[in-house]
Amino acid sequence: MSTTIEKPEQELLISGSEAIAIACSMADVDVITAYPIRPYDTVMQYVSRLVADGEMDCEFIVAESEHSQFEIVKHASAVGARVFCGSSGVGWFYAFEALAVTAGLRLPVVAMVGNRALDDPGAFGTEHNDALAVRDLGWMLNWVATAQEALDTALMAWRIAEDPRVFLPCAISADGSFLTHSQVLTNVPDKSLVDKFLPRYDRGDKVLHPDNPITVAPQVNEDWLMEIRRQTDDGMRRAKGVVEEVHEEFRDIFGRGTPSPFFEEYMTDDAEVVFVGMGTLALPVRVAVRQMREQGIKVGFVRIKWFRPFATEEIKACLSRFKAIGVVDRDYSFGSPDFGGVLYNDIRAALYDSEKKPLVISFIAGLGGREVRGQNVVEMKDVMYEALATGKIDRDKQWIGVRR
Amino acid sequence: MTQMVDLPQVRGVKNIPIEEMFTSGHRTCQGCESALTMRLMVKAAGDRTIVTGSTGCMYVANTTYYTSPWVVPWMHTQLGSSGAAATGTAAGLKALMRKGKVKDEPINVISFCGDGGGIDMGLSGISASLTHPEYNHLVLLYDNESYANTDIQVSGSSPWGANSTFSPPGKVHRIMNTRWKKNMVGMLAAGHPDCRYLATSCGSYGLDMTNKLRRALTIGGPTFIHSIDPCPKGWDYDPKFSHELGMLAVETGLWVLYEIVDGELFLNGPSKAIAKGMKQRRPVEEYLSRQGRFAHFTEEDTKFVQSKVDDMWERWWGPGVIPINVKED
Ligand SMILES: Cc1ncc(C[n+]2csc(CCOP(=O)(O)OP(=O)(O)O)c2C)c(N)n1
Ligand code: SF4
Ligand SMILES: [Mg+2]
Repeated sequence: MSTTIEKPEQELLISGSEAIAIACSMADVDVITAYPIRPYDTVMQYVSRLVADGEMDCEFIVAESEHSQFEIVKHASAVGARVFCGSSGVGWFYAFEALAVTAGLRLPVVAMVGNRALDDPGAFGTEHNDALAVRDLGWMLNWVATAQEALDTALMAWRIAEDPRVFLPCAISADGSFLTHSQVLTNVPDKSLVDKFLPRYDRGDKVLHPDNPITVAPQVNEDWLMEIRRQTDDGMRRAKGVVEEVHEEFRDIFGRGTPSPFFEEYMTDDAEVVFVGMGTLALPVRVAVRQMREQGIKVGFVRIKWFRPFATEEIKACLSRFKAIGVVDRDYSFGSPDFGGVLYNDIRAALYDSEKKPLVISFIAGLGGREVRGQNVVEMKDVMYEALATGKIDRDKQWIGVRR
Repeated sequence: MTQMVDLPQVRGVKNIPIEEMFTSGHRTCQGCESALTMRLMVKAAGDRTIVTGSTGCMYVANTTYYTSPWVVPWMHTQLGSSGAAATGTAAGLKALMRKGKVKDEPINVISFCGDGGGIDMGLSGISASLTHPEYNHLVLLYDNESYANTDIQVSGSSPWGANSTFSPPGKVHRIMNTRWKKNMVGMLAAGHPDCRYLATSCGSYGLDMTNKLRRALTIGGPTFIHSIDPCPKGWDYDPKFSHELGMLAVETGLWVLYEIVDGELFLNGPSKAIAKGMKQRRPVEEYLSRQGRFAHFTEEDTKFVQSKVDDMWERWWGPGVIPINVKED
């Protein structure tokens, strides 16, 4: 299908947060709840302005805590309302109970996480441990790298989450400051295209309404809980296909998007050594990769976009082409295998049964919003080539750009 | 959802609706007055109602898969989120109706919680829910005076000195719960001037309770009812005395029946009669001595409770309403 854009898109200079606020208005979200915490709260500042100016019709509720914030949208979603919410760092953790049950109840809440360190000690900068904490609970989880991708992914998020084959919540992760606050030129699509792409949320026979007097979440105990968990697992398995389907349709209607919904490759064609990471890490790494390429070094970069569902087969096929993989985690997983990062351990697990096994090396970088510089990327490249030459990984060189 | 469900006041017990919205299937203890509160709650509200209920006996013992007693749509909410559940349900319906995504019609929204869930953990959420005049809903707190479902632990709503699995009378400390019961309705009334209706109730006065529920559901905006529910297991008495103990709580003046409508206080039933001097308060001893949870009380303990209850009636602003003594100079 060819792209038919009746009205040219608008090009606006906006931040990642503003892009998601605009997506909320285009998606005609019904209930939005806010609670202040940096850096995600910028999205709610834009939403409240849209509501105040009458550009958006929704119930905008300033909750008294993140726990209530996420409980309110959970219950609004149960009666059939399209909802949006979000948080950062410890705020996301304050809501944790609500986050867990939202997935358990199969409610398609869409949230934005403006990634932030889990202070104490006090830190506003980006770290991925906040969003990653829900990775086992039934939340779909993706990382975006640009305001454009934030807007597009938000529109896709409702479509995927509200698909009855899925009915799972979805968190869009955006690196604090690097994405939430920095502005770039972004194409804002015409509303008619969004309407074509995004149908209304229809909860069907699972909606809570006097005409459909069901009992939601009764006590099930060991009699039924395992079957219900299995159903959530089925939903997450189906979600992978739905992500692909929706991504394809999005590309058809809006005429943009990466070839794979799950990851984006950069200069990987003949690469030997490849970096893997998520989010705005792409910016410094891509620049460094380009510079190294100019010197004839065969490096590349793969940016993972969807962390849950994890596209095991596709990621395996992609990464087993290379000799060494350096997984750059903007997170930590203290005491985990090899004391590596969260992404590292998933990537390595995915590659376990592949015929060609590259060396997989864990790097921890950019915590608390620390800048990842070109020279850090070169340093990691050296560690990887050294490991290739010696067949041994120097685990002392895992933490990058850190004072001893 | 601008209009409210038509729920006229009921004149006389015989006119209470016959339809049951809370039926068989629950597994609460024999003599459980909280189960009666549930029954009266949905009976008064009728079938155009959505109920959310927080964790506690009225979820765990009440709402089991395949044997749900609820005729109306029902959804669990977390222990501390009855306020958020009410706001979320009402806000969702409001947005959908305004935008024409569902039929615009009056629907009751009720969210209930226990004393642990509501008075301790969920206080901030309930408080927030009462600050939204744009959403119509009722938060009903059923107070069995302990974290009953987890084995009867002391809560912020347990009476002074009560024996519980976290406040057992011991060899050195006879009184482990040294806290006085929180004054929930007074606190909410004083702090939420936009809340048009707050009331206390007791299932032993079914008609009073039915009409309070209906007032709460028809006045508009967020409302709150606090019901005292004798609990044979936690209070330790023969289940056949539940009804009587509810009456004794009121007649001894420990529990005061009142409602606050648009900022005006009205005492009800026996509490009104006591305040008007038409009825004597019975000694608290008659109430305390009937329950095993106070079996370790000495005469002094009983006297102490009596003096506190006397204070409530003689020194508080409005009997048992707000613990502030208004001094004229
Ligand atoms: C966040 C959280 N903490 C603790 C519990 C454990 N818990 C389940 S029921 C319950 C008792 C609640 O007491 P109350 O609200 O008074 O209701 P009751 O059981 O007395 O009816 C508790 C503490 C829980 N479900 N959730
Ligand atoms: S423990 Fe008390 S509140 Fe719980 S079911 Fe038994 S009587 Fe009812
Ligand atoms: Mg209780």
